[in-house]
Amino acid sequence: MIPYSWYVLLAAILFAFGVMGVLIRRNALIVFMSVELMLNSANLALVAYAQRWQQVNGQIIVFFVIAVAAAEVAVGLALLVTIFRSRQTTNIDEINTLKG
Amino acid sequence: MEYIVFFVTAVVAVIGALMLLLSRNAVHSALWLLLNFSSIAVFYLLLRAPFLFAVQLIIYAGAIIVLFLFVVMLLGAERAEDQRDTLAWQRPVALVLVVVLLCEAAYIFLARAGETLTAATATTEEFASPALIGEALFTTYLLPFEITSVILLAALVGVVVLHQHQSRTGRPTEQAVQDMSEIAPEPTQTAASSR
Repeated sequence: MIPYSWYVLLAAILFAFGVMGVLIRRNALIVFMSVELMLNSANLALVAYAQRWQQVNGQIIVFFVIAVAAAEVAVGLALLVTIFRSRQTTNIDEINTLKG
Repeated sequence: MEYIVFFVTAVVAVIGALMLLLSRNAVHSALWLLLNFSSIAVFYLLLRAPFLFAVQLIIYAGAIIVLFLFVVMLLGAERAEDQRDTLAWQRPVALVLVVVLLCEAAYIFLARAGETLTAATATTEEFASPALIGEALFTTYLLPFEITSVILLAALVGVVVLHQHQSRTGRPTEQAVQDMSEIAPEPTQTAASSR
């Protein structure tokens, strides 16, 4: 049996990588992928705690997080495609005005 | 044995996340993310969550990655090169802050290393089989379940609205009219042909 704190530490490491991706990369799609990485690390921590206390509630939360993340990815990518149609760039440094 | 599986999968997950950050090509980044999602699914199996293992593979690895790849290829983003930052100090500060975050996580882990073995109690019975998850979803968590369906509907409507081609006056453009007439042909034609 693996101690649950190892899973939480791994989740923290993956979350830190996700944060680094959001801060460092300029491509908007890589930023989206880093946000998904952060969501997955949080899910891993939740399932680890669910196993530690032998309750199903943690996994139910993860189920809803996965559903909401899927909806968020769909809408976020649709927004990105719309922005790209007018700006012709995915570099987030160049998308710095609200016009258009 | 379980320790070996955990360590190997952990190394694969961390390598996937690291290469996601370091890849210049967005398609490669999406594939590294797929590797990371699959290793998270293996962790769910190790943590006695078989239903979440299946859901993670179907939805994350099967739908969200495919969506990312479609959009990457639609936008031609795999050729995009990262230009220099407009804020030159952002990358070093980000690296320092992330290292601080990792040190905090490691400190908390080491400070509480003595309490970890209480999870080693007998876990022979299934507490999260698909039957039990279904039971919880449809009794205790019925309201969030129904609200999730509304969220998915809102996402669907939002995506369709975002892809309508609107002209400045707010009326649909010629292209949109033509698209709609292909989907739903005018009723006069079918009425005339049925006479």
